[in-house]
Amino acid sequence: MAKNILRLTVNGRPREDAVASNLLLVDYLREVAGLTGTKMGCDGGECGACTVLVDGRARLSCLTLAASCAGRQVETIEGCAIGGRMSRLQQAFHEKLGSQCGYCTPGMIMAAEGLLRHTPAPTPTEIRQALGGNICRCTGYVKIVESVEAAAAGPES
Amino acid sequence: MSARRQQPATPARKKMVGERVPLIDGIEKVTGRANYTADFPIAGALVGRIYRSPYSHARIIRVDVAAARKLPGVVAVITGDDCDKTYGILPIAQNEYPMARDRVRYRGEPVAAVAARDEAAAEAALRLIRMEVEELPAYTEPAKAREPSAVNLHDDRPGNLERDVHHEFGDLAAGFAAADLVREESFDCAEVTHVHMEPHAALADYDAERDRITLHTVSQVPYYVHLMVAQCLGMDTARVRVIKPFIGGGFGARTETLNFEIIACLMARAAGGRVRFKLSREETFLTHRGRPRTQIKLKLGMTKDGRLTACACEVVQAGGAYGGYGIVTILYAGALLNGLYDIPAVKYDGYRVYTNTPPCGAMRGHGTVDVRHAFECLLDTMAAELNIDPMALRRRNLLSAPTKTINDLMITSYGLPQCLDWAEEASGWQARKDALPPGKGLGMACSHYVSGAAKPVHWTGEPHAVVNLKLDFDGGITILTGAADIGQGSSTILAQAVGEVLGLDLTRLSVIANDSRITPKDNGSYSSRVTFMVGNAAIQAAERLKEILVAAAAKKLDAKPGDIECLGEVYRVAGGQDPGLSLNEVIKEALIDSGTITVKGTFTVPREFQGGKFRGAAVGSSMAYSYAASVAEVSVDDDTGTVRVDKVWVAHDCGFALNPLSVEGQVQGAVWMGLGQALSEETRYHDGLPVGANMLDYRVPSIVESPDIQVKIVESMDPNGPFGAKEASEGALSSIIPAVANAVHAAIGARLTRTPMTPDRVLDALTKARKAAAAGNLKRSA
Repeated sequence: MAKNILRLTVNGRPREDAVASNLLLVDYLREVAGLTGTKMGCDGGECGACTVLVDGRARLSCLTLAASCAGRQVETIEGCAIGGRMSRLQQAFHEKLGSQCGYCTPGMIMAAEGLLRHTPAPTPTEIRQALGGNICRCTGYVKIVESVEAAAAGPES
Repeated sequence: MSARRQQPATPARKKMVGERVPLIDGIEKVTGRANYTADFPIAGALVGRIYRSPYSHARIIRVDVAAARKLPGVVAVITGDDCDKTYGILPIAQNEYPMARDRVRYRGEPVAAVAARDEAAAEAALRLIRMEVEELPAYTEPAKAREPSAVNLHDDRPGNLERDVHHEFGDLAAGFAAADLVREESFDCAEVTHVHMEPHAALADYDAERDRITLHTVSQVPYYVHLMVAQCLGMDTARVRVIKPFIGGGFGARTETLNFEIIACLMARAAGGRVRFKLSREETFLTHRGRPRTQIKLKLGMTKDGRLTACACEVVQAGGAYGGYGIVTILYAGALLNGLYDIPAVKYDGYRVYTNTPPCGAMRGHGTVDVRHAFECLLDTMAAELNIDPMALRRRNLLSAPTKTINDLMITSYGLPQCLDWAEEASGWQARKDALPPGKGLGMACSHYVSGAAKPVHWTGEPHAVVNLKLDFDGGITILTGAADIGQGSSTILAQAVGEVLGLDLTRLSVIANDSRITPKDNGSYSSRVTFMVGNAAIQAAERLKEILVAAAAKKLDAKPGDIECLGEVYRVAGGQDPGLSLNEVIKEALIDSGTITVKGTFTVPREFQGGKFRGAAVGSSMAYSYAASVAEVSVDDDTGTVRVDKVWVAHDCGFALNPLSVEGQVQGAVWMGLGQALSEETRYHDGLPVGANMLDYRVPSIVESPDIQVKIVESMDPNGPFGAKEASEGALSSIIPAVANAVHAAIGARLTRTPMTPDRVLDALTKARKAAAAGNLKRSA
């Protein structure tokens, strides 16, 4: 597979990499950029674990070609903390136990981040709809909804 | 404000148990820093892939890997010829090869494996492998597998019966004779699987110079993996190192050593280096070890005032192609007919059948879930016939702790009455159960589970749990444990237990878990054993460390150890004016002569709790049992047959909540997992081929259709539990499936005897109920 130069911004840092045109964004992030916080939980588009933000919108990185992100802003779980301190969503998921085994957590937090960017005070129904494509097998979702609510209610970090 | 002069602040011991402590490793999880097996840097690692059988049942004539071996980029290809040792969780039932030899018994069974420089070469190599076979008849239905003409999957198991169990306790004939009402019903519960979010993965590293192997894997029980790797590779256990990094859930799937873990090690040795296996979601489904399809015939006898007099239960489990945990699963199904209610006579006949499907194993609520479903549904039917409220019916059959059941289970604490009281009150049961509009219903049910299997899988005689505490000159205390944190929070619980004894918060405490080179051997995370057993071991270790610190403080303060008061960060003479010593000073004194200290705590379940004398008695025995009562409120759409669960109330007796935040999370997760089994989850096979081995077709409930789950923690303070604690992760699951079924019955007047209660089955039940009602009307008008 021929490789082309991909220029994009990942977590605020410009990058330039030679990537195959069929490389998926999730594999680019994990294998090329070394950002393994983004998880792969299924064989493609079933579970939401690989959710990242592309230009501020939640996207499944397993269904996105890396090449399609040329010139775009990609954000992953590693980019959420500010100065080593957790974002309000990360803190809420930690303190409210929105995360148990943690495997769905990066995708869940990025999907929630995508929601809060354009809907800062979501209703429980809006939260459930925004996270509808993200499967969690540990929590029964109750504490995930509580975590997002707490983050939305808390002060901007 | 008080005008009184402020007292000098008394240093306070930190209270660590009973507190809502976030997970000790939670920050790593929410920041993406937690490394799971597939996340480790893989410089130089080969890509491992598994070739799987396309046949359900066949004699292998030849596996041709010559072309695959010759492919550029391929480093090694291995087959069943490379390992003639069997493995399995139960020492008495190890009948599985890591890769099939002579015979394949299910579609998807590993037959060969390749290691290549990249994914593309590995993939291409798989396509070049050829298998020559003589096909055999395959069975997915247990009834077909048991027919006299059926070909045996295993030569030593005629009739494809892995194990039959026949237990009878009490006088069954007298029990049924004393009954005013006897009812019998059959239930059929579909096979389900765990769907832990992290697909299986293993990273094996073989050091050819030293003949040593290191395996990073996703196990709940790394110690058994260690044993099985050594056994299958013919290596001394001292040459094997097993590390469990963060793992993305387990729910029982990873309690057994799994084929890919051994294959990864065999491959690393064959390739002379490092090999990474990342199984796809489909392969993770195929690896399975889930809850078997369970057919239940249940007969109950009851007096007219609702007292149970006798129970006869026949269970058939379609176990899949290999032994695995099967014997234990079929024993659990019978054993825990007891221990929830007071039943004078119980007969159990269990049949574990081999079928040509991926092997079943342990899944949350191991063996007990489907039987509990049948039992609680039939109770509901009989309550209605006797015109007794379902809550009241349960109350008429309560045990009273302490007691020993007719099958020798020791019940030391029993919070079921309080669970019932809360569930009734919180759900508005009495006012609402008959007042809901058509299509809506309330249903309830109860359940229980063990707090750790009293007898370990390997009866080797060593302690059931060991915890080491390392105290060093930096003043940090490191908890070393082999207990596997699989997301349930076991490392947090151990830190809380140690902190409570020493009066310390998490500042000084850290946990290192699951590296066989560093941490003490542990029997791992299964049967909800960790809090109870490892928790008790942690308490003992902390008490021993405290003794050392108290002795050091006494020496330094020139006092008697008995007079020293431990306040966590301060040790002083009790009642004295002296401010005492800081912990750092005490630690310096304690280590000055001995150097770094490691103390050990152990725990072993006493013999009297390990079950009775009959064959199979160990399974189901435990030192404590959790109890739960659930109420579900459902809406049924009678046009589409869709069941929606609107709300769940669940009370769980966990003895004492060491961490109420964690307990709530565990109970919510357990109940929710039960909802999936109740409504949508089912593995399906077409001609032995798993269809829908993905997360779209296998319907795990999404956040959109998942209800609010209100949890009440009931604390019965178990006399033997760590600070009174019992299990919190499994017991509630099995109450919710019958609670939903009973609620559906209340909503539509039809009883579903199959799970999951999918829309088509609900519509069938509705149609049948309508036809029966119409026939009744016709009869009456005739």
